[in-house]
Amino acid sequence: MSFVGEGNGAAAGAVAISVATPGDYIALLKPRVMSLVIFTALTGLMLAPTYVHPIVGFASLLAIAVGAGASGALNMWYDADIDAVMRRTSRRPIPSGRITRPEALSFGLILSAFSVFTLGIVANWFAAALLAFTIFFYAVIYTMWLKRSTPQNIVIGGAAGALPPMVGYAAAAGHISLASFVLFAIIFIWTPPHFWALALVKAGDYERAGVPMMPNVKGPDRTRLEILLYSLILAPIGVVPYFLGFASPVYGILSACLGCMFVGLAIQVFRVRTGAEADSRAKRLFGFSILYLFLLFAEILSERVIALVAGLLG
Amino acid sequence: MTIKNGGKGILLTPEQLKSRRQRNVAIGLAIGLFVLLFYAVTIVKLAPGLLGGSV
Repeated sequence: MSFVGEGNGAAAGAVAISVATPGDYIALLKPRVMSLVIFTALTGLMLAPTYVHPIVGFASLLAIAVGAGASGALNMWYDADIDAVMRRTSRRPIPSGRITRPEALSFGLILSAFSVFTLGIVANWFAAALLAFTIFFYAVIYTMWLKRSTPQNIVIGGAAGALPPMVGYAAAAGHISLASFVLFAIIFIWTPPHFWALALVKAGDYERAGVPMMPNVKGPDRTRLEILLYSLILAPIGVVPYFLGFASPVYGILSACLGCMFVGLAIQVFRVRTGAEADSRAKRLFGFSILYLFLLFAEILSERVIALVAGLLG
Repeated sequence: MTIKNGGKGILLTPEQLKSRRQRNVAIGLAIGLFVLLFYAVTIVKLAPGLLGGSV
């Protein structure tokens, strides 16, 4: 609760009582990012060759999701100045004055501690340490350091978004494996073309906020080339789960087809460089990249669920 | 804007009262769910040992 009018638009010295609703605090957790984290962490958890009781699995996923949300709150605390300038983020709870920065900081820190502690108690302390590292990496390494200092911000920072499948796997198995690392690698290599496709369209927003994204530092042409190069690396990595034997031939065919489509859209982004059509191609790649990652993980997850059910039925 | 009530404290506006009530309910639900979750996990983790000892 806020008793001083910081950031609320209240007159200096006036007593201001918070009007923030639970929905504002949920918005601090970045629910859309949380849903992706839950999905990828569940895939990692199901991939582990260890039986996990559904209640323990649910509690572990909840802890991982809350940990991801906490890092989102810490990100919004630190980036409130940037968020206020960018159109896409100006309605977030802090720039709109519904929650103050100290409130967001406390909320993020408390949830971080609770989520790590809970995962340690319900699963194991290795997974908890990995979750703590993920929160630290996103809030400190990416948000406080990389984001404002280098156009490679989302390349390195992408590791934070790629870790949840490994945390999920570790929560079930107590260690990590090559399979969980491959899931990490898929998200890690997927992140740059995904974000740069958006950054091509929103370059003006990032420019105003002073965030050194690839298009406004190296230029849109270099960004298009990098998108294409990362797509060419991503397509074969997407098929690796099949070759390593933890996904079926159906996954192999699906991932190969989707990888080819990804590269095809990246080529279109590379070739069409001006006018509304260029923006349209970039938006199309951005939208498809979300579908690509969803379908790959959904296929692996559904194969594990089917195998689990088949095993239970005898 | 909060209304000061002549030194008798602070009168909250209807909006402030409503949001405070909503926050209190949310905190109560979160704590309740947290307790239930820990209770369930404790039972799941202890049950095999308890059953193993009694059977």
